[in-house]
Amino acid sequence: MLELYDGPLPIEAITNRWYSSQHNKNYGAFITFIGTVRDESGIEGLSFDIYEPIITSWFDTWQEKAATKNAIVVMAHSIGDVPLHHSSYIAGVFSPKRRVALELIDSFVEDFKASAPIWKYDLINGERVYAEDRSTALPNSGLLGK
Amino acid sequence: MATVEFLGPINREPMDVDIANLSELKEIFEGDTELEKWLENSAIAVNDALVSHLNIPLLSRDKISLLPPVCGG
Repeated sequence: MLELYDGPLPIEAITNRWYSSQHNKNYGAFITFIGTVRDESGIEGLSFDIYEPIITSWFDTWQEKAATKNAIVVMAHSIGDVPLHHSSYIAGVFSPKRRVALELIDSFVEDFKASAPIWKYDLINGERVYAEDRSTALPNSGLLGK
Repeated sequence: MATVEFLGPINREPMDVDIANLSELKEIFEGDTELEKWLENSAIAVNDALVSHLNIPLLSRDKISLLPPVCGG
């Protein structure tokens, strides 16, 4: 389940819905990671672009990987502007037992940071400024460079 | 005609190109100083699959995407 929202995520509604949809499916563990925009460096918030075709295939690959451990992954992310102290990202894992969920949430979130086709901007004086220094080049970048 | 799209912060309109492979795209972009920095740090996808080399034959209506460095969350 991959969900994309315009603006801040309705975190309570999302987590409640995910929990309600799975709690009777015999998963013993449900772990979430929630990313919330912090007040730092004078920003007014963050903003995001997402390339949907590739994030969908990236997510599907993770769902298949989770299935080999009898687990499922869930994720929601914001598109566009997210003000301070609102959340732009939530990832979750349901699994039969805790170890799988604990390990999977770690590798899932880390790979998300390195691989998901999302571009982040700081909102400063109402302008979007690409967060270049916090961004990671994808594998095999620069093929068209000199 | 294949289409080239520039994702995220590159902020450029898509363009149509008449090329047989990705190496020819590199030639098309030669001398484009505005794009130079992005060519150095962007990954390339053909029809939404990331590629690892330029020796990829292109067909008409193929979609080529440039993906600059990412940061979700």
